[in-house]
Amino acid sequence: MSKDLKRREFLARFIQLPCAAMVFGAVGTGDNKAAAEGPYRAEDHLYAMGIQVDRCIGCGLCAEACKNENNVLKEPYFFRTWIERYSIMMDGEAEVDSPRGGIGGFPPLEEGSEVMRSFFVPKLCNQCDKPPCVQVCPVGATFKTEDGVILVDESYCIGCRYCVQACPYGARYIDPRTLTADKCTFCYQRITKGLLPACVEVCPTQTRVFGELGTRSSPLHRMKRQSSIQVLKPAMNTEPKVLYSDLDGEVR
Amino acid sequence: MRLWKIPDQVIRLAVLIVIALAVLIVVRLRFIPDSFGEIGHYRTDALKEQAALTLHYAGMQACIECHDDIGEMKAASYHRNLSCEGCHGPAFKHVDDPGEFSPAVAAGRIMCVRCHGYLASRPTGFPQIIEAIHNPVEPCTACHDPHDPTPPEVPEDCSACHAEIARTKAVSHHWSLSCETCHEASPEHRQSPRSFLPKKPTERAFCGQCHGNGSSSRESAPQIDLNEHGGRYLCWQCHYPHHPEGR
Ligand code: HEC
Ligand code: HEC
Ligand code: HEC
Ligand code: HEC
Ligand code: HEC
Ligand code: HEC
Ligand code: HEC
Ligand code: HEC
Repeated sequence: MSKDLKRREFLARFIQLPCAAMVFGAVGTGDNKAAAEGPYRAEDHLYAMGIQVDRCIGCGLCAEACKNENNVLKEPYFFRTWIERYSIMMDGEAEVDSPRGGIGGFPPLEEGSEVMRSFFVPKLCNQCDKPPCVQVCPVGATFKTEDGVILVDESYCIGCRYCVQACPYGARYIDPRTLTADKCTFCYQRITKGLLPACVEVCPTQTRVFGELGTRSSPLHRMKRQSSIQVLKPAMNTEPKVLYSDLDGEVR
Repeated sequence: MRLWKIPDQVIRLAVLIVIALAVLIVVRLRFIPDSFGEIGHYRTDALKEQAALTLHYAGMQACIECHDDIGEMKAASYHRNLSCEGCHGPAFKHVDDPGEFSPAVAAGRIMCVRCHGYLASRPTGFPQIIEAIHNPVEPCTACHDPHDPTPPEVPEDCSACHAEIARTKAVSHHWSLSCETCHEASPEHRQSPRSFLPKKPTERAFCGQCHGNGSSSRESAPQIDLNEHGGRYLCWQCHYPHHPEGR
């Protein structure tokens, strides 16, 4: 039966895990903590991401890499991360566009449009410390891990969409293949092996900074020291762990 | 004779409770996943499943293990912050088995223009080009090494761009004359050729400096009678100046 299959599949994966770690160790990624310091301990970490908005060039590599790494559907309605272009018009109106989530880059602004200033803002799940999505989940399929990441248990999710509704950042969607909720995991399979999330790995301008809260050696610490930090929708009291620097007041 | 008789209804109730408890336990065992609630209100195994997902991006550190030459070159260049797999695509399989899987190698201009094409929304100071006028037709890699894209030295020598004329002249009777003898070219011509066009000779007297009867500026130049020879036509209507002997 399908449940049995799942379990067997899972067991197989579980056996693969240490093997994968070993292969990785042999290849020798420089900062492979898993290999160097024994098994991964979630309680030793508290992850967060910084976004230096004034550096983003809107190349869209992050959104593309995210889909590649996490097998996200290629159709332009499903994104775990995406880039928005804000255009502040002469009359003060803010227009936002995000063709294909920014994958493949942005076309030039329409000719003759009266744009006062314009910039790119990468968006993703804010990995809130007080996540509304977790609060509304009726079955406990979405949860906050000890290392601060909000995950979805695919085998447990019933696809009720409450969490999609509850997320103030529009960061969740229902994957039509499994009919379960899906969202950014900070590339949990990568960070637990000491690698960077795929979007951070490919970002050419260090717009995206990944690190740990409370660790002084983390690149995030430097960013926080050097610039003023904002979060999206602070009034929602969600306490996001995605921190933006030099964020324009128009960004929502 | 019993002292206390347990009333029937109590026995029935007890049986019911036992059954209910049994059902509850069975249901819990059946429906609550093994590792639920070990750390929090979720399945601990879900973490392990997430952590065991397949990787697609190996990360730059992995690439440099083998491609250390490219790694070093890139680390000292403008592209130092770019990830290999940003341009070459996910390459975890390649790291596993370089013989079996080759990463994509992008040729052409689109890949570069995605980052360097001019967009008003990009931060000022980020190097951008207007694709349509920045040396169109040629792939970017003809002039910029993708792993060290430092713009090429702007050519000092006219031959860098006027190769055919230079080659023709070099084997002609005018081989000894430098281009500047006849063309006054400003340095800006090398950067924006079409906006700063050099001068060209405009009258017969110019050639007469060397070829006119009695002129002494070049001993070896054959002389003609400037008033007679060729009538009123410009000299270059009959002689190609970069190859004057062909008539
Ligand atoms: C285990 C050593 C090893 C590692 C690690 C490695 N490569 Fe390679 N790579 C090779 C070898 C060997 C070749 C030549 C294979 C061939 O010619 O078919 C190669 C070829 C290439 C090529 C040229 C392919 C072509 O079609 O010409 C690219 C691009 C490349 N590697 C990129 C990468 C990237 C990006 C990474 C990091 C994700 C990486 N390599 C990691 C060994 C490695
Ligand atoms: C800016 C995008 C870009 C980045 C970043 C980049 N490459 Fe390349 N790479 C290219 C392009 C374009 C070519 C094809 C060059 C050509 O056609 O002459 C290439 C060619 C190659 C080749 C095969 C040809 C050769 O020069 O030997 C290898 C191997 C390679 N890259 C490895 C790497 C590695 C390793 C890294 C990371 C340290 C890296 N590349 C980073 C764009 C890039
Ligand atoms: C993923 C984005 C990205 C791609 C793709 C990319 N570049 Fe770059 N490029 C950068 C960044 C970032 C810099 C550094 C800018 C800075 O120093 O502020 C840079 C710098 C440069 C410079 C130096 C500009 C200067 O300041 O003089 C040149 C030239 C250049 N790139 C050419 C290329 C070419 C050619 C390609 C295609 C093979 C390419 N780039 C692909 C991001 C990219
Ligand atoms: C025919 C040779 C040639 C080709 C082809 C070429 N470039 Fe250049 N590029 C140059 C030269 C020369 C400069 C330096 C010009 C200058 O200093 O004004 C330059 C400068 C640049 C700069 C720096 C501009 C700045 O403002 O600092 C970038 C970025 C750049 N090129 C990107 C590209 C990209 C992207 C392509 C492909 C679409 C490309 N180049 C194709 C010759 C070339
Ligand atoms: C960076 C490349 C480059 C270099 C270096 C260069 N030129 Fe040019 N030159 C051009 C281009 C491009 C044109 C325009 C050709 C056209 O319009 O068809 C041009 C046009 C000319 C013309 C024709 C002007 C006209 O009115 O038709 C002359 C003469 C000339 N160049 C002389 C020189 C001389 C002399 C030098 C050396 C001092 C030189 N060029 C170096 C690219 C170059
Ligand atoms: C003896 C004088 C002389 C010398 C030396 C000379 N040119 Fe010219 N060049 C001319 C004249 C005259 C014309 C105008 C031809 C016309 O209008 O048909 C000309 C035209 C040109 C043109 C316009 C396009 C063409 O083919 O008509 C270019 C480009 C040019 N010269 C480049 C060069 C370069 C590069 C050199 C050095 C390698 C050079 N010239 C050396 C006399 C000279
Ligand atoms: C700076 C002096 C100089 C200038 C200016 C000059 N020439 Fe010459 N020219 C020479 C010299 C020197 C020779 C002979 C080279 C040799 O044969 O060794 C020569 C040879 C010739 C020849 C003879 C080729 C043959 O068949 O022997 C012709 C025709 C000629 N030049 C035409 C022109 C024309 C037309 C112009 C004007 C656009 C011109 N020259 C400008 C120096 C000059
Ligand atoms: C109507 C066409 C025409 C025009 C215009 C013309 N030539 Fe000639 N030129 C010729 C022909 C034909 C010859 C070959 C005649 C001969 O061999 O006697 C020649 C030969 C020459 C020679 C070589 C003489 C020798 O003794 O080898 C020189 C030098 C020369 N011309 C320079 C000039 C100069 C300078 C001008 C401009 C003032 C000019 N020509 C204009 C047609 C022309």
